Amino acid sequence: MNPEQILFFVFGLLALVGAISVISFRHPIYSALALIVTFFAQAGLFVLLGAHFVAAAQVIVYAGAIMVLFLFVIMLLNLGRRDREGAPTGAKLKGIGIVLGILFAAEGIYIAVNARNGTAVASAQPAPEAVTTYGIGELLFSKYLLPFEVTSLILLAALIGVIVLVKREKPTDN
Amino acid sequence: MLELEYYLILSALLFTTGVIGVLVRRNAIIIFMCIELMLNAANLAFVAISRSLGQTEGQVFVFFVMTVAAAEVAIGLAIIVSVFKHRQTINVDEVNSLKG
Repeated sequence: MNPEQILFFVFGLLALVGAISVISFRHPIYSALALIVTFFAQAGLFVLLGAHFVAAAQVIVYAGAIMVLFLFVIMLLNLGRRDREGAPTGAKLKGIGIVLGILFAAEGIYIAVNARNGTAVASAQPAPEAVTTYGIGELLFSKYLLPFEVTSLILLAALIGVIVLVKREKPTDN
Repeated sequence: MLELEYYLILSALLFTTGVIGVLVRRNAIIIFMCIELMLNAANLAFVAISRSLGQTEGQVFVFFVMTVAAAEVAIGLAIIVSVFKHRQTINVDEVNSLKG
């Protein structure tokens, strides 16, 4: 095994273990911490794939901003014991969920293994060099300029939406 | 370079973990985390295929997905906070009526 394969398995295993921990811990705080582990492992995988910009964005946006938001809300709500533990999911529901999940995973793996069949993907392509941040920026500000600007509208809409949602009711003055 | 299939299989497994989480857990915050997990699995597939095709486009889309995910988390958590203010619970089974 070459170093790249070893690193792939280390990061991949870490991501999977983190993901399974997210759905099996009772307390949301532990789930959030496990999710941070998954995000970091995925950032490692992005570096392995030569996507340095995406890896940096993953750490800053996901592991940084989004997870801080999650932890903040979990601590803000300070859930009662019953909510924290979560009402026990019915065994029937759990069974259905896991069976459906395994079916879904089998389907996904089948598609992944057959990804090259019937498509124009040449399997004997030379390994391309890493995509630079320069290249991403160039594409973002030329071919994808309109989507990029629409993205800013989405962020603005989210900003206004959050303010409206959590705004306190105006005290009636009389 | 590793085969594309390894990354796609890992991505499928991560996505499935997210799906199982949404189906099995009843805590709204954990359901949200599972949605993040699924978005991230899609990002992994994007980057892996982008690398395998030797194109930059995939990473540009990951950039967009991240932005949408950030907006979605902000809105979703605000909704959870206001649901909690009204109902004092975030168990999705107990939040089952549209009427405030």
